[in-house]
Amino acid sequence: MNTTSAPGTDAPSADLPDYPMTRAAGCPFDPPPALYTLQAQAPISRVRLWDGSTPWLVTRYEDQRALLADPRISADSTHPHYPHPGPGQKERRTQSRAFIAMDDPEHARLRRMATAAFAIKHVEALRPAIQKIVDGLIDAMLAGPKPVDFVQAFALPVPSLVICELLGVPYADHDFFQSNSKTLTKRTITREQARAATQRLVDYLDGMIGDKLAHPAHDLLSTLAERVRAGELSRHEAANTGVLLLTAGHETTANMIALGTLTLLQHPDQLTRLRESRDPQLVASAVEELLRYLNIVHSGRRRVALEDIEIGGVTIRAGDGVILANDIGNRDPAAFPDPDRLDVGRNPRHHVAFGFGVHQCLGQPLARVELQAVYSTLYRRIPTLQVAVDLDDIPFKHDGLVYGVYELPITW
Amino acid sequence: MKVIVDQNKCVASGQCVLATPEVFDQREEDGIVVLLTETPPEHLADDVRQAAALCPAQAIWVEEQEKKE
Repeated sequence: MNTTSAPGTDAPSADLPDYPMTRAAGCPFDPPPALYTLQAQAPISRVRLWDGSTPWLVTRYEDQRALLADPRISADSTHPHYPHPGPGQKERRTQSRAFIAMDDPEHARLRRMATAAFAIKHVEALRPAIQKIVDGLIDAMLAGPKPVDFVQAFALPVPSLVICELLGVPYADHDFFQSNSKTLTKRTITREQARAATQRLVDYLDGMIGDKLAHPAHDLLSTLAERVRAGELSRHEAANTGVLLLTAGHETTANMIALGTLTLLQHPDQLTRLRESRDPQLVASAVEELLRYLNIVHSGRRRVALEDIEIGGVTIRAGDGVILANDIGNRDPAAFPDPDRLDVGRNPRHHVAFGFGVHQCLGQPLARVELQAVYSTLYRRIPTLQVAVDLDDIPFKHDGLVYGVYELPITW
Repeated sequence: MKVIVDQNKCVASGQCVLATPEVFDQREEDGIVVLLTETPPEHLADDVRQAAALCPAQAIWVEEQEKKE
């Protein structure tokens, strides 16, 4: 019996839990305790958001996969009942709407203009260049002072350098785009902050598209510019796609590098296993396990129902907001035995850290290769790597759309 | 087993190529799935089933055929 939900009514009970929930003190790698309780007791139930709206929160793995793949579920961020994470995020998704916030056929049309660069063969061809970037940043770190902030010295530059190369954006501009995307990935930003940061990035990418129209190169923005020239894509659409790829392309992987490293340092048996293995399959498995275990996209995938949907004993009505909490889905014991144990050998390829359905992460092949290069190199090159402060003193991104650490002082 | 793919549903996530590169490839121009063989050998059957299960767009079907005793 589901006591916290009121299917089909406009007046859900007043005692609904607020979402997102808070992680337990001292457990920075685990989802909030309230999500475990909901998954066990009321796996599809209503929660209350910042604006008073009461969308459904879905906490079980199988239900999440079913709904994310359901064509009756929309990702359209302009739908009046779309459950936005905050006022600034609502502003951002309205002002610069890329294909992740659209439904087919527009979504498919725009996504397919960016997919070639992320095909497995294309990304595999980048592996040596990515390895070189990783090696070079480790060299620089070892030659520099310690302790050092691992986020600024390594975790952020790796994916920033890679995505700049792939898109054809000058890395010299990294302070500009990193600071704006850092603003935009805060759940708590105001409308004004979101509007200004979004506009700066849209203008910047629009300028880049203009440059590529004048001077085409072998990069993804030039491919988009060519589509603009051919009249298949508007310049505004091209800029919005560029903003999405640039911000998503470095924030997420950077957080996986820093938080993944901190997690391994807190699980020395797993770190030793990874460091001492020469098996690329164990490295690949460790990447999947850390993606599952950390599920850094911790604010839920957000959708809205277009038709009535019966699932798990409840009826989600047309127009209801739906939030898929993949962080707790990846800790569902029905899908992952002993889910709260980090086991770098379990290779949980069926995790939902990249989402599921037609919006599943476009950049996942690139993220995998970047993380494999990092996790297979860093801990061997710096076997005495350690955190230079107490765990309690590390600033975690509790207010981030994407979870991670703002800073990670390390030494060796 | 027989494998069927739907290129219209495919979203080019690459999951199938990672699972079974002997059976699945991607189009050069947009990363959309290309089926290399409709009837993969038995030793790849589990990998193909995994590819179908992982496909986020549910664009891969596997028809199991009864074994001849």
